[in-house]
This record gives sequence, C-alpha cells and structure tokens, in this order.
Amino acid sequence: METNGQEHVIEVTDLRRVYGGGFEAVCGIGFSVRRGEIFALLGTNGAGKTSTVELLEGLAPPTSGQVRILGRDPYAERAAVRPRTGVMLQEGGFPSELTVGETTRMWAGCVSGARPEQEALALVGLTGKAGVRVKQLSGGERRRLDLALALLGNPEVLFLDEPTTGLDAEGRRDTWNLVRALRDGGTTVLLTTHYLEEAESLADRLAILHEGRIAATGTPAEVTAAQPSRISFELPEGYFPGDLPPLDRLGVSGHEVEGRLVKLRTRELQRAATGLLVWAERAGVELRRLDVRSASLEEAFLGIARDVSEKASAVEERVA
Amino acid sequence: MSTAITTPAGRMAALARAELTLFGRSRGTLVAALFVPLTLPFAMRSAVEEMDVKDVGLSVGLVMLPASIGFSLLFAVYSSLVGVFTARREELVLKRLRTGELRDAEILAGAALPAVVMGLVQCVLLAVGCMALLDVGAPSAPHLAVIGLLLGLAACVSLAALTASFTRTVESAQVTTLPMMMITMLGSGVIVPLELLPDRLASVCELLPLTPVITLVRGGWSGDLSAYETLGPLVTALAWIVIGVFAVRRWFRWEPRR
Repeated sequence: METNGQEHVIEVTDLRRVYGGGFEAVCGIGFSVRRGEIFALLGTNGAGKTSTVELLEGLAPPTSGQVRILGRDPYAERAAVRPRTGVMLQEGGFPSELTVGETTRMWAGCVSGARPEQEALALVGLTGKAGVRVKQLSGGERRRLDLALALLGNPEVLFLDEPTTGLDAEGRRDTWNLVRALRDGGTTVLLTTHYLEEAESLADRLAILHEGRIAATGTPAEVTAAQPSRISFELPEGYFPGDLPPLDRLGVSGHEVEGRLVKLRTRELQRAATGLLVWAERAGVELRRLDVRSASLEEAFLGIARDVSEKASAVEERVA
Repeated sequence: MSTAITTPAGRMAALARAELTLFGRSRGTLVAALFVPLTLPFAMRSAVEEMDVKDVGLSVGLVMLPASIGFSLLFAVYSSLVGVFTARREELVLKRLRTGELRDAEILAGAALPAVVMGLVQCVLLAVGCMALLDVGAPSAPHLAVIGLLLGLAACVSLAALTASFTRTVESAQVTTLPMMMITMLGSGVIVPLELLPDRLASVCELLPLTPVITLVRGGWSGDLSAYETLGPLVTALAWIVIGVFAVRRWFRWEPRR
C-alpha cells in the first residue's frame, strides 16, 4: 500500500449502497486518495455524494464493496479509525441551546489528543463567539463551528460534506485557505461540493458523480481537457448560418443555432476564434453577444450530466 | 499538543456535562422532571387515605413511598429522556456524535446520565420525606429497595430510548409517552396497589415494566417479601431491560426521517 509517500489513505472498491426502499444511491464506484491530497466529489443534488461520504465516515455499512480508511474498515473497526478522522456533516448536529464554547468543550472531551478549544475556534475565526448560543449563530458561523470540531483532534483524514454551503465569498475563501494549509501539513481531505469553482480551485483530484456512478475522474485539468471550448455570437443582420466560413476548416467540431444565436464547439479555440473574427472583419460586420470561453469544469460537469442521461435514455429505449 | 486517548468514562462525562447544561436551560423539562414528581404525592395522599389499604396489610406510607418513586421514574427519567433522545436526534446531534469516537451505547448512556442521577437523588429525597412525614419506618430489607430502584432506572432508560425510536418530534413525545405513563400509574401499583385489584388482573399487571420496582421497593420497607417472592419481580425487571436493550439496538433511529 505504501510506496514513497504514495500511501493510499482512502481506498474505495466497487462500492454500492442500496437503501431500504430499494433505491440504489451508490452504484459500484471506486477511487483512491493519497496522503496529503485534496479529493473532491462533485455532483448535483441526489448524485450520491452524501450517501458515499457516509460510508467513508463509517456511519453505515456498504451494501457491497469495500471502504478502507488508513487500511481499515471504518464501520467494523470504528474504534481504531475514528481517533484519526475528522468529520463535518452536511448540516448541523449541535444542540441549539449550548454556547459555542460549551459545544467545543463537549466535543473536546470526546476526541483523543484534542487541540486547545481556543485554538480550534481561532482556526475558523470564531474566537469572539465562545459565549454565543449556537441558535444565535448565522448559517455560515455554524458551518465554521462544525469545521472547528472536525479539526479538534488533528485528524489525518478529514471528511467535509459541502463545507462552504451558506458561507459568503470571504468565508468561502478563508475556508479554502484553511483546507489548503491543512493539506500542506499532510492532512488528507475528502470533500463534497456542488460548487464547481470550489472543486476547480481546491481539489488536487476530483470525481464527478452522476446518478450514483463516477462519470469522470482525474485532476481538474484532465477532466476539463476532455471537454470542448465554446464560442457563441449573434448572427449579423441579413446573414445566415450558411454565410459563415466552412466550420470544419475552422476546427469546429459541432454547432447549434438557436434563433439568431450561434454556438460552436471546438478543441482548437484559437484557430476557430481567429477564423471567425477574420471573417467578421472582412465582411465588415459586428458579432454581437460574442462569447469565447475555453473549457471549464462547469462545461465538463454539464456535458457529463447531459451525456450520461442521454445514454441512459438511449438504453431505456432499446430495452423498451 | 497532548496525545491523551479518550476513555469511555471521560467521553460520557463530557456528554453528560453538556446534557446537564441543556437540562438547566429547558424550563419545560425542569418543571416536569423536578416539580411534578415532588408534588404529585401530596395530591395523592388524601386519595390513598380513602382506600382500604389497611385491609390488605398496607399502610398509607407503604403505598405512598413506592408511588412517589414510581412518579419520579416516570417523570424525571422516562418521560424527560424520551424528550432528550428525540430532540438530539432531530437536531442531528446523535448523528454528529456517531461520527466521533463515542460508541453508540456511550452516546445514549452519556445523554441519559443527568436524568438518571436526578431520578436517583429525587427517589432518595422522596424516601426520606416519606419516612419523616408518613410514619414509615426505616426499610427492613434496604437491599431490595436499592435493587428495585436500580432496575427501574435501567428499564426507564432503555424504554425511553425505545419510545424515542418512534417519536418524530419533541411535541409528539407527549403522546408517545402516554401508554407507558398510563399503564404504569394504573397497572403497576403506583396509584392503586395491586393487592386491591382482582387476582387475575393483578397477575397480568405483575408483568408490566415498572411493577417489579414498586413491588421490590415496598418489600424493601415492609420486609414482607420472601426470597421466592423476590424472584418473580427480579426476573420480570431483567426481562424488560433485556427486551428494551435488544429493541433499541434493533430499532433505535439515529437520524430523523427525511
């Protein structure tokens, strides 16, 4: 398992989770996370992110397949794994009538090798709030308290389920910086998010979950590179799509026309954009609403969601 | 940075401390758990004096003392714990606690500790009060009373957890606790001693969860229970605790239904 710091701290093999009603939330996924890596599980609501994370946290046993955290089963070997992990659930989990300080003290009493409570609160910027009741905190402050508790035991592995939901832009940036600093200190972080920019800027590697399956995985750059770039513009007055230069010669791999709006997909963005702009210059027309953008994780994400459901419906049609 | 490893006792103590703080901040729970069990016996006293308890060899004090302990177990322990377990589950506190080092049994036991201690202290105070005011002598078999009380506390905790499993909100706890409260008050000899019930009904009532507590506590004071007569209540009480623990392991809900 261990080769020159390439130790796999999280290993997931062929993991399935079927709920009581027969709903299959996780349909055979596998991935691994190395020590000191930030791994993001991306997906829309209902993609299976939380169902997966709960299995990694050891809150429930998988229906089939295997989870290994630090080489152990987090459900069956709970006592051995828990002192080395930190968990931030998707929401809440604090009695609303306790103060921040009382909540932290309670949790510190249940964590091996806990940091000083003040230090944990300072990490997340809640220093002045120790005397405030949890029910009086804002949603963002509650998220930060949750993060503070997850960090209390200096965990080797940190699970963060949508850590920045409800945070403002500044709070989100602070959390990102904190997570990066923890990673740099050797902490392995698994986070779920539905903010694409969060995964893009924070994750070393990521997996896009869709309907319980991994639709794409790799570094953000790898996942993005598999997607085409896009150009869109409004056709000038009196022009038709046929008046444009031949699209295949511009390196355009596909196009759509919606009313007067033309959308092009290309893997050679510079060539396509140059060809188009030179044509416009020569024709003496203005391309209104011109938008040229290289592939982003968002494109990849939307593309994957579309692809997979198209494939699924195609299969259904064949079956029918 | 310390590398202190937590112990079950340390973890439960941390949880119990937080739970005690919460108890002090919940006015409704305070009134129900402290005020009701300490006042109900006074309200009951005249009713007991009207009953023909002397005909079956009991005194007013020997009815009132176990009754007071029954009220305390029901209000300070059982009913307040159903509220605690349900509230903590609905606030996702139980789920949060389960992500940490606490084991499941430690979570329930730690959360129950303040109510259990409260119930214990109340029972001692009530017993002393009854001895002082109602002319009940010192217990002639104190060990039976102590065993009865401890079994009662354990039964109340496990049955409270079981009741909380099918209680959706703190408000609905007022309804879901009623069956246990009613059958105990009416059938377990709390308000009406079993000796005053028809034989067949009484023998069914002996099997109710808290009947053994009342029987053992009364026997502890009167000294009227033979070793053989002690066996039945002991087995019944243990059976309820085992059933309760088994059912909680099987059916306890750690997360809200969504």
